Amino acid sequence: MSANGYQPLLLKNAHRPDSATLAAYRESGGYRALERALKEMTPEQVVEEVKASGLRGRGGAGFPTGMKWSFMPKGSGEKYLVLNADESEPGTFKDRLLMEEDPHLVLEGFLIGCYAVGCRHGFIYMRGEFVRPTRILLKAVEEARAAGMVGKNILGTGFDCEITLYRGAGAYICGEETALLESLEGKRGMPRLKPPFPAQVGLYGKPTSVNNVETIANIPLIVEMGPSWYANLGRPKNTGPKLYCVSGHVRRPGVYEFPLGIPLKELLFEHAGGMLREDRPLKAVIPGGSSVPILPAAQCDVLMDFDSLAAAGTMLGSAGVIVMDDSVCIVEALLNLARFYAHESCGQCTPCREGTGWYVQILERLERGEGNSSDLDLLLDLSDRIQGNTICPLGDAVAMPVRSYVTAFRDEFQHHVTHKKCLAKPAPVPV
Amino acid sequence: MIPSRETQEKIDAAVREYPHARSALLAVLHLIQSERGYIAPEDQAWAATRMGLPPAEVAGVVSFYTLFRTKPPGRHHLQVCRTLSCQIRGCRELLSYLEEKLGIKQGQVTTDGRFSLVTVECLGSCGTAPMMQVNDDYHENLTRERLDVLLDSMK
Ligand SMILES: Cc1cc2nc3c(=O)[nH]c(=O)nc-3n(C[C@H](O)[C@H](O)[C@H](O)COP(=O)(O)O)c2cc1C
Ligand code: SF4
Ligand code: FES
Repeated sequence: MSANGYQPLLLKNAHRPDSATLAAYRESGGYRALERALKEMTPEQVVEEVKASGLRGRGGAGFPTGMKWSFMPKGSGEKYLVLNADESEPGTFKDRLLMEEDPHLVLEGFLIGCYAVGCRHGFIYMRGEFVRPTRILLKAVEEARAAGMVGKNILGTGFDCEITLYRGAGAYICGEETALLESLEGKRGMPRLKPPFPAQVGLYGKPTSVNNVETIANIPLIVEMGPSWYANLGRPKNTGPKLYCVSGHVRRPGVYEFPLGIPLKELLFEHAGGMLREDRPLKAVIPGGSSVPILPAAQCDVLMDFDSLAAAGTMLGSAGVIVMDDSVCIVEALLNLARFYAHESCGQCTPCREGTGWYVQILERLERGEGNSSDLDLLLDLSDRIQGNTICPLGDAVAMPVRSYVTAFRDEFQHHVTHKKCLAKPAPVPV
Repeated sequence: MIPSRETQEKIDAAVREYPHARSALLAVLHLIQSERGYIAPEDQAWAATRMGLPPAEVAGVVSFYTLFRTKPPGRHHLQVCRTLSCQIRGCRELLSYLEEKLGIKQGQVTTDGRFSLVTVECLGSCGTAPMMQVNDDYHENLTRERLDVLLDSMK
């Protein structure tokens, strides 16, 4: 499949200078889906359409959104929908773009979601550093309120829905859904043990669904165009449009929208402009944000969707595609990420708290040329001890990459031990 | 320091927004910090009383989140992203340049109180690396020349 000629759906307004205004959004057909959902569909029908569309969550795990919503109890009790706008996975910058460039798309999807799960007070958990996106989204909420789409009796249908933006305060772990709920309750963002799952016991102990910004931005499209049209985009079980965040050593880094399943090499070499420097070939790609296993250049003939990347031993994750040329030292790259996880571990679980610190110490030692051969096995052993033994997936999110870097680039790690220096030829990008 | 009347009104409004008042704690701390620039022990005590929480709870929250500062920053708080995409696009070179230019190390404030310098983790702007946040604003695709112009414009 080649995605040439593809017309963006999620980013269709993004090029307009006035894309964040209600007027521009309406001009492109905005809020028709909300009207259709509220006036012509029951909440159950909305959930059924989302199920039929095949939409899988864009926050990292790829869990089917319709199914997640169907786990919410029926009836009129207190329930919550929470939008995860905490975007902090290294390599990921798509939700920010959506909120800045098309806040009404996000808001319309969120309102339809609230209707579908029976939520009358929705919360948007904003990453604390996102001051500008918060300002833009807040303005959109006020515009929508003035137009009768937020608050009481939305569009005269009797559906009430209040929306509150909540500002986080800097903590990667708060992107994990149960830590996010703790934070939203005004506490430290410590992940909760599951079960119970948020659909049973979530915000304030009530049934809650947490969804990613990009996931929610797909909802108006599904309601407006219908689930079978939507399901035709992409590949079987991996449907719909997708935002790919490309960073690192390419000529044109940025957010690219294509259907799920675009070949990674097409994304990099046709759309993102290829490698930054002619004489610096591709060394490796992290395809789904810092928490996923790395793909050495020889394994980059893959399709960018959930199942294809899983078959290749990695994950689509947040679709944060970090591209590295041969000037990058893999040990140093891994040390950079290990420090990130050590800093972000909430400290509740011993394997994660201690293990991330150990990773840093060992990798620092290897970087200084003071490591020994047993350090490589120690890194792998630590990953075995962490993975599957922690409260939240952050443990796995560091254990899996460490294992993959050491396994795929064992020679390079060994070179640090034997020769006390790096195998890569450093060539910093001039700044 | 007791927050100004204006800030206290914003705090009251924030508390009213949530079904459970405790949810407003982060908002209260953000409001205090935006007035004063940081959150001192006496501000934490004030917040604890206002929210009806034990002081240790408030201290725990303040220390958990990196955006809450317990020391005064410079007027321009430079937060340079250090994570992978920025690292491979030159953030270390820019950080050394800043340290040299400002005569401070990361974690320090210039003696005139004009600049403070810290490193932070990925700010969700990796496609425009290297980048930094100064107070609330993002500055992207940085180079030495752009830093020169930027710092000159910050009084
Ligand atoms: C450590 C960690 C960090 C996460 N960060 C985010 C994030 O920043 N944004 C996000 O949408 N999901 C994040 N997630 C995934 C959420 O827990 C959750 O699965 C997601 O918000 C569900 O939305 P979706 O079903 O629409 O994908 C993170 C998970 C973990 C374990
Ligand atoms: S795995 Fe790490 S981040 Fe997650 S709960 Fe345990 S200590 Fe906290
Ligand atoms: S790595 Fe610097 S903004 Fe993401």
